[in-house]
Amino acid sequence: MKYVDEFRDRGRARALIARIEALVGELQPTPQRPLRVMEVCGGHTHSIFRYGIEGLLPAALELVHGPGCPVCVLPMGRVDDCVAIAERPGVILATFGDAIRVPGSRKSLAQAKADGADVRIVYSPRDALALARAQPEREVVFFALGFETTMPSTALTVLEAERDGVRNFSVFCNHITIVPTIKAILDSPDQQLDGFLGPGHVSMVIGTAPYEFIARRYGKPLVVSGFEPLDVLQSLWMVLRQIAEGRAEVENQYARIVPRQGNAAALAAVMQVYELREFFEWRGLGSIDHSGIRIREAYARFDAERKFVLPNLRIADPKSCQCGEVLKGVIKPWQCKVFGGACTPETPLGALMVSSEGACAAYYRYGGLRKPLPA
Amino acid sequence: MRGLLPLRRPEKAASRVKTVTLAHGGGGKATKDLIGEVFVRAFDNRWLAPLEDQARVELDSCRALGDRLAFTTDSYVVDPLIFPGGDIGKLAVCGTINDLAVGGAVPLHLACAVIIEEGVPIELLKRFADSMARTAAAAGVHIVTGDTKVVPKGACDKLFITTTGIGVIRRGLNLAAGNARPGDVVLVNGVLGDHGAAILAARGDLALQTPIESDCAALHGLIGVLLEAAPGLRLVRDATRGGLATLLNEVAAASRTAIEIDEASTPLREEVKGFCEILGLDPLYLANEGKIAAVVAPAEAAAALAALRAHPLGRDAVAIGTVSAGEPGRVTMRTLVGGRRIVDMLLGEQLPRIC
Repeated sequence: MKYVDEFRDRGRARALIARIEALVGELQPTPQRPLRVMEVCGGHTHSIFRYGIEGLLPAALELVHGPGCPVCVLPMGRVDDCVAIAERPGVILATFGDAIRVPGSRKSLAQAKADGADVRIVYSPRDALALARAQPEREVVFFALGFETTMPSTALTVLEAERDGVRNFSVFCNHITIVPTIKAILDSPDQQLDGFLGPGHVSMVIGTAPYEFIARRYGKPLVVSGFEPLDVLQSLWMVLRQIAEGRAEVENQYARIVPRQGNAAALAAVMQVYELREFFEWRGLGSIDHSGIRIREAYARFDAERKFVLPNLRIADPKSCQCGEVLKGVIKPWQCKVFGGACTPETPLGALMVSSEGACAAYYRYGGLRKPLPA
Repeated sequence: MRGLLPLRRPEKAASRVKTVTLAHGGGGKATKDLIGEVFVRAFDNRWLAPLEDQARVELDSCRALGDRLAFTTDSYVVDPLIFPGGDIGKLAVCGTINDLAVGGAVPLHLACAVIIEEGVPIELLKRFADSMARTAAAAGVHIVTGDTKVVPKGACDKLFITTTGIGVIRRGLNLAAGNARPGDVVLVNGVLGDHGAAILAARGDLALQTPIESDCAALHGLIGVLLEAAPGLRLVRDATRGGLATLLNEVAAASRTAIEIDEASTPLREEVKGFCEILGLDPLYLANEGKIAAVVAPAEAAAALAALRAHPLGRDAVAIGTVSAGEPGRVTMRTLVGGRRIVDMLLGEQLPRIC
């Protein structure tokens, strides 16, 4: 397929791997202290597992799978609130597909659906708005999730609902922003990261400038990367090249999609509809300042948190669950006490087991082959 | 006034009723009319015609074909009822024929039980009955008995069909998932995922238009030529729900072998590839209704592949992988870029990723 197969070419992959091997050889990491590069975005995690990229890399180069899976970092209390909304009489709860199985403290949306709640899977917030228009007697609530990638589409849908005077539509806003979380990880005393693959689609919206502090203040290279296997390999090579040359900069491998200054129209919609929350709870990472957004007062009638009384309880992660340490790269998924035992993709205990972008689910499904295999 | 009404001929009563009502499920005259008008008319064969409570199948005709009866049943609840490349009727006949055929059986007779939600137009039922009849006739099988139930609105989704089939397996033939041996070759008869993609697109909630049609087809003819070309055939399975990935996992588990497939050889229609790229779906898990995986000994692989390719339903057949003595039950894929990954069973539904 044109513009797809080219980015999965085996010969080019081999050439990039050879370059990566050469740089790793030059940098001489030890088995005790391998080079560690975090891919922040869940889309990258998925690609890395989907194409078996880890097995192609030298053992002394470790990939740390970061917090960039919005479904995975959603805390249980928010899922409980969402279930409570879904269980209200007359409500249609519209959600992206992979949020439906995220466990709450009582049940997931999938279980709520089985128990009679009207939960619908949609591909876009506009599908939810269309549901609201089609069924004016029902209250349609969109479960808004995701980083800056999905923020603009929710914002534009709210603006459209306002323009058209749709009264039975609201948004349960769980949008989060990645930059404060990268900073929290960098400030954490146990992190051992040498560089980052920056998110591709988030950067398409916000541009590359918001990452500058990572290079300047923390001295870590960051390369904004595309999602195809050759994108990931080339970006890894670019990170290593920076390390080898003693540079720490923000580079853009995904220039075919990501403009330096981002998408002005998308950012304008985001600014118009949302404001920063003082803090937001992340599963496994705890509360992070200014990491979540909510709907501004001016659009309050589209805000499910204002429209409904919600339990709004903070539910602690299960004690046995080590999602936080996995997210910071302190342990690998399979080193978690409950990995593959109490916690599997069928019955996820921790959020990282839920979505195919979650590091644990990806390891469980694709990753039994950690060691490089004979060609 | 009574005397002024024209006399109604009883057999025409049903045709004036446009939709199925609960009365049609009462077991009385309306039921009999509906069955006669819709099903008996369409299926029309000598086993069904006496309308006894059971069809009576001659054992002698079975004995001539083999030494074991193959017996299977499957329910069809597809939504939408009509989709590009087929409808629930065609699917209900092909699916059960295929369940017989992958066991090496010659399919003979089907039973058909329908559960109808009140309010379904009778014309629509007729359409599906005709579709079943056409598909069965083309496949050389007969629908010889059945049952009709009508349930209140909301108790089922328009129409559910259960078909049960019998066929005969020839003496000495024993295709089974446990038969795969290290060194064997895995063949598929063509592009994967068409049915799953066609159904998803036809549901209309994706706002994606595609020209993809379901691959729904009866495969006993194809499996017949495969058996002639490769008499030592180990097993055949049809890659329905859960797709090729699930099928291969079942084979690897049953035979305690490992299977590795090659992404570069995986046959996919460009449209299905694009569909999966956009929605974040893995085509290995998409359902098929006209695709098999066959496992053959290496010595028979070339002949088997040639036989598949010579058949209209196997023109795009390829060798997609090999069986090995690796970790028992493990299915892996050599990816396009040369990496390897595990191909696991489908867990739950295949949910679309959001970003």
